[in-house]
Amino acid sequence: MSGVISVRPKDLPFDESVVGHLGCSGCGAFVAVRLALKILGDQTMLAIPACCVLATTCFYPQVPLKVPTLMTAFPATAATASGIAAGLRHLGKKKEITVVGLAGDGGTADIGIQALSGALDRGDQILYICYDNEAYMNTGVQRSGATPKGARTTTTPGGQRGMWESSPKKDLLSIVAAHGIPYAATSCISFPQDFMQKLAKAAQVEDGPSFIHVLAPCPPGWGYASEKTIELGKLAVEAGVFILREWENGEMKVTRKLRKRKPLAEYLKPQARFRHLTDEEIKAMEEEIARAWETIS
Amino acid sequence: MSPAQPLHQGRLIPHFPGGTVRQKTGSWRIFRPVLDVEKCNNCLLCWIFCPDGAIDREEKWVTIGLDFCKGCGICENECPTDAITMVKEGK
Amino acid sequence: MAEFKFINGNEAVAYGVKLARAGVVAAYPITPQTKIVEKLSELIADRELEAEFVKVESEHSAMAACLGAASVGARAFTASSSQGLAYMFEMLSYTAGSRFPVVMAIVNRAMAPPWNIWCDHQDSISCRDTGWIQYYVESAQEALDTVVQAFRVSEHPEVMTPAMVCLDAFVLSHTEEPVAIPSQDAVDAFLPPYNPPYRMDVENPMTFSAGAFPDSYMEFKYGQHLAFQVVPRVMREVEDDWERKVGRSYGGPLEAYRCEDAEVALVTVGTATGTARLVVDSLRESGRKAGLIKLRLFRPFPVEELRETARSLKAIGVLDRNLSFGFEGAVFSEVKAALYGLPARPLAAGFVAGLGGRDINVEQVEQMYDRLESASRTGLMEREVEFIGLKGVAV
Repeated sequence: MSGVISVRPKDLPFDESVVGHLGCSGCGAFVAVRLALKILGDQTMLAIPACCVLATTCFYPQVPLKVPTLMTAFPATAATASGIAAGLRHLGKKKEITVVGLAGDGGTADIGIQALSGALDRGDQILYICYDNEAYMNTGVQRSGATPKGARTTTTPGGQRGMWESSPKKDLLSIVAAHGIPYAATSCISFPQDFMQKLAKAAQVEDGPSFIHVLAPCPPGWGYASEKTIELGKLAVEAGVFILREWENGEMKVTRKLRKRKPLAEYLKPQARFRHLTDEEIKAMEEEIARAWETIS
Repeated sequence: MSPAQPLHQGRLIPHFPGGTVRQKTGSWRIFRPVLDVEKCNNCLLCWIFCPDGAIDREEKWVTIGLDFCKGCGICENECPTDAITMVKEGK
Repeated sequence: MAEFKFINGNEAVAYGVKLARAGVVAAYPITPQTKIVEKLSELIADRELEAEFVKVESEHSAMAACLGAASVGARAFTASSSQGLAYMFEMLSYTAGSRFPVVMAIVNRAMAPPWNIWCDHQDSISCRDTGWIQYYVESAQEALDTVVQAFRVSEHPEVMTPAMVCLDAFVLSHTEEPVAIPSQDAVDAFLPPYNPPYRMDVENPMTFSAGAFPDSYMEFKYGQHLAFQVVPRVMREVEDDWERKVGRSYGGPLEAYRCEDAEVALVTVGTATGTARLVVDSLRESGRKAGLIKLRLFRPFPVEELRETARSLKAIGVLDRNLSFGFEGAVFSEVKAALYGLPARPLAAGFVAGLGGRDINVEQVEQMYDRLESASRTGLMEREVEFIGLKGVAV
């Protein structure tokens, strides 16, 4: 992929590359996939492991993805993409084709992290997109390494022991950046210009891997009404919970600085997964967020 | 076996033409988005945010294709000019 | 013209891959497979093989990379052993179910614990039902030849199924013998460039390895089964062509050695065949009617060929370098199952030997033939399953 890519809505292609999928009503991940394919275009090949997007697009006879797609095993996204890239390189076709690994947060932060690290370390020219809905949603909302602290999932159900998710969300971007790759960024579907700009940059990297971590709210998994998907993504960013950052030329920078963070409660209260949190707990979380911002900037 | 043709040279192989669509998910819908074209300023935010690619772009405003719209209501929620209203199906 | 090199089994595999002009090699090191990977790295580094080498971080990724490479139409190869193969297990069914003709060398090594790097067949036999063709070879020469042939069989449009070429650890992998390296021209004439009937292509976008619901899954699996059914036929055609172009043949899915008028025969897999050959020759010298059945193809199981050879035997034995705990050697089960459909069957005995690299020597194999002959005389097989070479253990 080369040349300047405009991310203005009016300049984006009309063509839809994924219509008729079985994703849930209001699914944030599909906003990410749709927009990504608009930017990446039809000279794209996808490797997708077990995840929400695969389960809702790759079941015969319903195969709505209009770019070549290879289903692969849960831990194998990055390695499969590496293999596609190697095959294309051998056949002299790599230059014109963008090879994309597209996986969920569990498939990236947990079971797929070894293969991802391997591909990043090798410097394979692949673009890895992690759409993050903060738990194993496809299997019914079990916690993943990307589940935020305090969240209720089906494997962190609270109960008498108060066994909610106890560890903070894995910092995928820092893990990825530590491999010294050319480009990596976080984004959120609620900021489509930001997301598409970063994707365009990632797709244009020609000397190694690039990585996009995009937050994609999930109505059934987070427990909110389906129309709030974009709104909650915005709140996650504006309350300072999910920080939009970019790793480029060996430097990490915050791409969306906040003059004033929105109250955390505004983000947490509409979601059933945080409903059990007391005001004191929310206050403590807010302090943690403040500390995180201090460390970053 | 159409529209997805699983037979490749007489063998069953799990590779299919991309973009094969059969199930129209419009039947999932409980609420239907209705557009007031007078209010639509064609900003395309609904088109950008629709998870289902159900919205089509036209010259002056968008149109909502009901074959695939699941009725999530994101378009109504995000429309800056309140041009979209969710109406219960059957009404 | 062929050139002779004094090389070990692992290097022979690497030369086979080079001659087959593999386009992508993705591999992770594990003893005793390492020399294959090292040699291929050298060949690629020196431009003797124009291929991409993907330095994966695990066997799981090795097979995932092969899957990806094969999906766009590159000829892909990897090699593994034992725990590495076990770690790759998940991807085996992916490659097979996706119908991509990847070829993999397995240097057969025991499964831990106890930790053991030496030869037995537990690793690949455990992968029996993953949808991979399995060949077992007896010599370094056969390893080289079979690797090249395996690509052609697997890439046959009716087959499109991956294959494992299995060779015994150390006895074969690390033992040097003179190996005839066929000329590149001869191999090019035998194996055309890989041109799959389907591949990932932006001009013709498809979803590969799609999911299937209960109403169609079974048909896809039946499709794999159909592919396996043509393998023995294709393998014979391919071997005939190899013989025409290179001048060597191994007799198809199984080799019947001195079986014409044999009353007893032993089925062997891998290098134990060489030992058994010596024993059969010496038994024949003393007028005893002993034969040998070398199993080259384990999946698909060559039922017809085995029945043809075994139908006139009075007793058949199976030497297994693997053990299905609580039952018997896996090849023994297969042989009995294959012969069950015959109206009259030979008596059968299973011998489990050589686990974890323990030597299988001439005396042990003689002991097996003695048992078979004794059963053929009395019409009674005393013990169906026996462990050979087992030291006294407290039970």
